[in-house]
Amino acid sequence: MKLSKHGYFYLIWMAIFIAIPLFMVAYLAFTSGDSQSISLANFSLENFKRFFTPMYLEVLKKSIQLAFISTIICFLLGYPVAYIISKAKLKNRNILILLFVIPMWMNFLLRTYAWLTLLGKNGIINLLITKLGFQPLDLLYNDTAVLLGMVYNFLPFMVLPIFSVLTKMDNSLIEASWDLGANKLKTFLKVIFPLSLPGVLSGVTMVFIPAVSTFVISSLLGGNKTYLIGNLIEQQFRYTGDWHFGSAMSIILMVFILISMALTSKFDKDKEGDVSGLW
Amino acid sequence: MAKVHTIDLINLSKKFGEDLVLDNMNLYIRQNEFLTLLGPSGCGKTTTLRIIGGFENPTEGKVVFEGNDITGLPPYLRQINTVFQRYALFPHLNVFENIAFGLKIKKKSNEEIKKKVTQMLELVNLAGFEKRNIESLSGGQQQRIAIARALVNEPKVLLLDEPLGALDLKLRKEMQIELKKMQQSVGITFIYVTHDQEEALTMSDTVVVMDKGKIQQIGTPIDIYNEPQNRFVAQFIGESNILDGIMEKDFKVWFLSKEFICVDKGFDKDEKVDVVIRPEDVEIVEEDKAQLMGIVKNVLFKGVHYEMEVQTNDYTWKIHSTIMKDAGSYVGLRIVPDNIHVMRKEK
Ligand SMILES: Nc1ncnc2c1ncn2[C@@H]1O[C@H](COP(=O)(O)OP(=O)(O)OP(=O)(O)O)[C@@H](O)[C@H]1O
Ligand SMILES: [Mg+2]
Repeated sequence: MKLSKHGYFYLIWMAIFIAIPLFMVAYLAFTSGDSQSISLANFSLENFKRFFTPMYLEVLKKSIQLAFISTIICFLLGYPVAYIISKAKLKNRNILILLFVIPMWMNFLLRTYAWLTLLGKNGIINLLITKLGFQPLDLLYNDTAVLLGMVYNFLPFMVLPIFSVLTKMDNSLIEASWDLGANKLKTFLKVIFPLSLPGVLSGVTMVFIPAVSTFVISSLLGGNKTYLIGNLIEQQFRYTGDWHFGSAMSIILMVFILISMALTSKFDKDKEGDVSGLW
Repeated sequence: MAKVHTIDLINLSKKFGEDLVLDNMNLYIRQNEFLTLLGPSGCGKTTTLRIIGGFENPTEGKVVFEGNDITGLPPYLRQINTVFQRYALFPHLNVFENIAFGLKIKKKSNEEIKKKVTQMLELVNLAGFEKRNIESLSGGQQQRIAIARALVNEPKVLLLDEPLGALDLKLRKEMQIELKKMQQSVGITFIYVTHDQEEALTMSDTVVVMDKGKIQQIGTPIDIYNEPQNRFVAQFIGESNILDGIMEKDFKVWFLSKEFICVDKGFDKDEKVDVVIRPEDVEIVEEDKAQLMGIVKNVLFKGVHYEMEVQTNDYTWKIHSTIMKDAGSYVGLRIVPDNIHVMRKEK
């Protein structure tokens, strides 16, 4: 294969920023010893064995559960939003989609911190509730708060790809469906929705992956109640100093994500004939 | 009782914003008729078809289907099907599922669906294509699937918007013949849109010539060709020599500073008129029999005839003749009264 100048540039880029780090993570995962002196480490499967114990598996299960639920909520909220915006007049459409994107320009941490002020013991919502004469609620530091944070942060990633498929959809296909006797609901179910599946698939991918590996949202909004695989990995690198175990967990998470994405796109391909998904 | 028309368009007007796209259109379409809307790009053909199909609402006027007003009725409640310009086949369904779409919506039984789809595939000469992917079909095949998908619903009316526009010339000619055969064998009303005048003339029972949102002439292909009602139709259909003339009195028209005998009457005295003469109606004759003399400017051999341009005083004639004359030769021209078409000038 002959590569252009740009080709070489990307190759070097990928080597530095993807291949080498990945290799280092894999190396660390399959070795054990003192993290500070990498060269002395020797091959071992100890880190993986350690992970497959009930305590850690529970954390993985919880992460997957929350990521799964938040992906579904994002889909249920995001699809109608994307659909409505895609049906709006061209002028309004761009404004509406901009409204959705603008919050994403703000710092991710800042946005998540904002929820602390809203949900906290003396936060704005509880202030209102007490003003109305009710007992303040425990809104923060639970799974629901984490879910809320995930949905809030990742919803645009669901809306945008679906919106993009829907606006690009050939309107004459919709008219053809009406023409053949399908009313608006049937047209949606039999034509619009199936044709928008590639967008749904990218949306699901783009929400699920960051949700399953997040540690910021869970540590800010979940406190120590909601402990996810992301937190576990972060802990190994930042506090415990066990880079080997942290790397092993990263690899496990990565493999899990790869498998689940492969399954999703296979499901999509089965239904779609040969719509080219992510794979 | 007068027979009810399949479709009546009554005082139909359509505005997009301030643009008047259809201007007070009146038209009826009989059962089993092959009617073609013909006109230059942007004259409102597609808009007319979309109003009949229910995809667009008229600004004014009514669409009447077998005597019932259906203006405002959504497309899925009309007994009309459409073959879209770019086919609009569903890419997520295979050939069978595409054709079966309308039948499934109508909840027909599986056996019936299977039987009808198979029949349709035979009709369009694509038996055995059930499992094929839409993207794997050629343009002509997709086009036939689109027709099958519409026809399988046994509509009273089939709307076709330039269905052959994307095909190459040879396939186009073949499909013209096939389409006409299909229309005759299934016996339904076709409303066909094209801007190709040859296509319109060969396929239709009735041709509607449109320009700028207005109907210019309605008639059989022969009428339209032989008796164009105005300058636009004459110019648009086939080639024509169009000259400014003055109608001296009945059966006497004056053009190119000469008096000619014609078969038209009923004009005002000395009314200004357009005189239309088809290129094949100008005879090349000896000088003693000639009404006009001219010099041949150029000659092209066109297989059956020669196409030439002959310059007389003030006018260059387009002439089709089987007689060969060299460029530069001096020739006589003659036009028999029957072939001189006099028409009123448009205001
Ligand atoms: N949705 C629309 N909004 C605004 N103007 C439109 C719309 N649809 C059509 N027009 C205008 O109406 C006029 C007639 O369009 P129409 O599509 O009916 O023409 P047509 O005869 O089918 O032409 P063609 O042979 O190019 O397909 C054109 O000037 C077009 O720009
Ligand atoms: Mg058109």
